This record gives sequence, C-alpha cells and structure tokens, in this order.
Amino acid sequence: MTDLLAIGTRKGLWLALSEDDRRTWTLGEPHLLAQEVAAVGIDTRRDRPRVLAGIQYGHWGPSVVRSDDLGATWQETDEGAVRFPADTGAALARVWQLRPDSADRPDVVWAGCEPHSLWRSTDGGCTFDLVRGLWDHPHRPTWEPGAGGGAVHTVLPDPGSDRVTVAMSGGGVYVSEDGGGGWEPRNRGISAVFLPEPAPEYGQCVHKVAADAGDPGRMYAQNHFGVFRTDDAGRSWTSIADGLPADFGFPVAASPRTPGTAWVVPLVADMERVPPAGRLRVHRTRDVGATWTESAAGLPDAAWTAVLRDAFCVDEGDPTGVYVGTRDGCVYASRDEGETFELVVDHLPDVLAVRAARLA
Amino acid sequence: MTVQVVLPGVLADLAGGAKHLDVEPAGGTLGGLLDVLAAEHPALGRRIRDETGQVRRFVRVFVDGEDVRWQGGLAAAVPDGAVVQVLPSIAGG
Repeated sequence: MTDLLAIGTRKGLWLALSEDDRRTWTLGEPHLLAQEVAAVGIDTRRDRPRVLAGIQYGHWGPSVVRSDDLGATWQETDEGAVRFPADTGAALARVWQLRPDSADRPDVVWAGCEPHSLWRSTDGGCTFDLVRGLWDHPHRPTWEPGAGGGAVHTVLPDPGSDRVTVAMSGGGVYVSEDGGGGWEPRNRGISAVFLPEPAPEYGQCVHKVAADAGDPGRMYAQNHFGVFRTDDAGRSWTSIADGLPADFGFPVAASPRTPGTAWVVPLVADMERVPPAGRLRVHRTRDVGATWTESAAGLPDAAWTAVLRDAFCVDEGDPTGVYVGTRDGCVYASRDEGETFELVVDHLPDVLAVRAARLA
Repeated sequence: MTVQVVLPGVLADLAGGAKHLDVEPAGGTLGGLLDVLAAEHPALGRRIRDETGQVRRFVRVFVDGEDVRWQGGLAAAVPDGAVVQVLPSIAGG
C-alpha cells in the first residue's frame, strides 16, 4: 500500500510517498522547479494514477501538465489544456483548481480558473472545454477579484447527481443542477461584511467549500469572516462559527467517510492573517459544526504564517488523514483525523496546494 | 524572406532544442512571424503570447536590438535578414 502526498508550492512541486500507512513520508526531488504550482489533482481512477498540476511558467504563462508515472515524466498539451475560445477575448491567467470527478465519470476532470471560469475535461485533463453556462452568467462581469485574483477556486461535482457547486472569492457560491448548463447564486445566510449591503444575493467572499460525507446537500463554507453550513445544497446557510477562536480563514475540509466531520484553520482576521496568538491550530467538528475541538499536538507555536485555501486537504484513508501546508514552507500530516500531527517537511517555498491519495 | 529568431535556452526545448530558428514571417510583421512560429511550435507560441495573441507581460521581443514595444508591437516591421530575440524580462522573486 502506497500513499501519495503532492505539495504544490510557489516554486515547484514535491511528491512524498508513504509505504507504512502514512507513519513516515519520503520526499522526492523537486518537480517543475521554479514554476508556481497553485493547483494539484491526483486522479486515482485510472490504471496508473495521474498527477495534474496547474502551473505558472513564470514569465511564460500558465498551463496544465500531467504525469502518469509519479513525476518521472510530464506531459503538456501543445495547444494548451485550458485555452479560452477566441470569442471570449479572455486569456488564462492561472489555474486554481483541478478536480477529478467521481468514479463513474472516469475521464471527467474539472478546472477552476482565473479569470472566473469553470472548465470540464472529458479526456482526463488533456483538454478542457469552457463551461459556457457560468461564463455567460449575467453576474460574471460584477464578480470582484480577491487579493489573489478573480477565480473559480472550488469545484464540487456531486457524485450522485448532475449538481455542480462552485465558489469564488468576491462572487460567492453558485450551483448548477444540470451539470453546468444553468447556474444560480446560493449565498443566503452568508455574510458580506465588506459590502454596504450585508446580505446580497451574490458577491460574498467565500474562501472554500467542502461537501459532507453523508448528505449530498450538506456543505461547509469558510468565508471571509464566518464559517457556515448548508443542509439544502446552498439554498440557505447558517453560522457554525461558535466555538472557534476566530471565524476568518481560508480552507475547510470535510471527511470523505464520516458524516458531520469537518476541519478549519482559523486566522485572526483579514487584516491580520496569522493564527490566533501565533499558534497554528486545526479545529475539528464531529457534529456538523455545533461544537469544535482544537488540535494542537504536533502543530507549532510562534508560527506567524497562514494556511491558504488549497494548502489543506484530507485523504480517503481510515482513519482520515489531514494535511496542512503553510506559507512558510512546512507541511504537517495527521493519520488520526487531526488528533495529532507530524512535520513531513519544512523549508519548502510557500505551500499553495496539498493533495493526498492512496494508490493501488 | 527569412529572419532569424533567437530563443533563450528554456524555450529552445520547445523548438526541438534549437536556439536559432530561421523563419519566414507572414506579412513582414512581428505578429505574422509569431503566427508562423506558433503554427510550427504550438507550445513555444503559447509561452510567448497568450490566447488573445498578446505578447505576455514579462516577455520582451527585440527586432535587430530594438524593443518592439516602441516599434508598433505586433505590427512592428520585421525586415529580411532581421534578428528577432525573445527574452524574459527582469521580474520574479
């Protein structure tokens, strides 16, 4: 049994392997060195696992590359895997999300990109088609870019239906019930304290959304101030921030196997993007956000850093593994659902994305 | 009519390893030259220009030593025998 941990950073990608059920990790040499790797996807539905990376070739623009041999070789579609059609007048700025779909849609991979756009591949990520329904949405011109840029940063295809949920900073949550044709904003209950109208239809700064393991309509959202839950596929959201030391932060992850379980990493505030008192902590709920428990073991004090929205993930192991990457180049891993963490690596460049998967 | 395109090493790999390419530009302009280059080497073309056709922000192109930004951009003339250099600008961190 082999577990793979992929670490995308501002200056390259690192792959770590574990052969002992995630007790220890062996970090390989850097891949794509000096390239920004803001998005990583691990597609385990294939005969050989495929690692997808959304990269920025520095001066030379963004791209998607893929490897079917754990980084020994990388392939890139000559014409570009994500390429805006000429009539849009747009150019790809950055790939923010690469999300393989469910097992019964084996070649479908979703990409969330900047400028705000959603893309769907039916060939395993070699080429993507622009999802016109979202691109043509009348709200799109008014979605605001966040500090990092205006992008679809979260894509959640529902494995049991044609529902697709996306989230955008400065745009909010949008849901399609027909696989991407039609879209509607679903932000009722999510606050927007940075706008004159505190409860707009859209425009919320949703930092990340995660789907619950048990109920396809239940999701968790880490907002730009506020942590929320929906039980009706985003039609209404309620605060679940009570019990957290701060309601600001970027990532949220939900257990793929245990309903009601999710994790967040609080930061003080938008103007103070560091952990409370400098203590990096993961907080876990096991009761859909009613209560939260702080995980401290193995995580550092005096850590004046931050965890970005995709630098946090869970795996599908039992018990669930939890992975935390920091802007100061550290990655911590837990193999007991966030009770305890161990340092996997430090002194990497800023960690932008982590993804973990069990290989066959 | 032929011009010589000079590539930095990091881009030469996308042109079969050649740092110097002899290209016949269409229309005698930089835009026409880059169109021909992209048709022959699509991945190289994407490194230099985005899908709208604009030269990327941190890519600089010189025709016979002159920065094309001040020579009409993509409409800059590329005369027979010109040397066209593609260089990364000073940026990054």
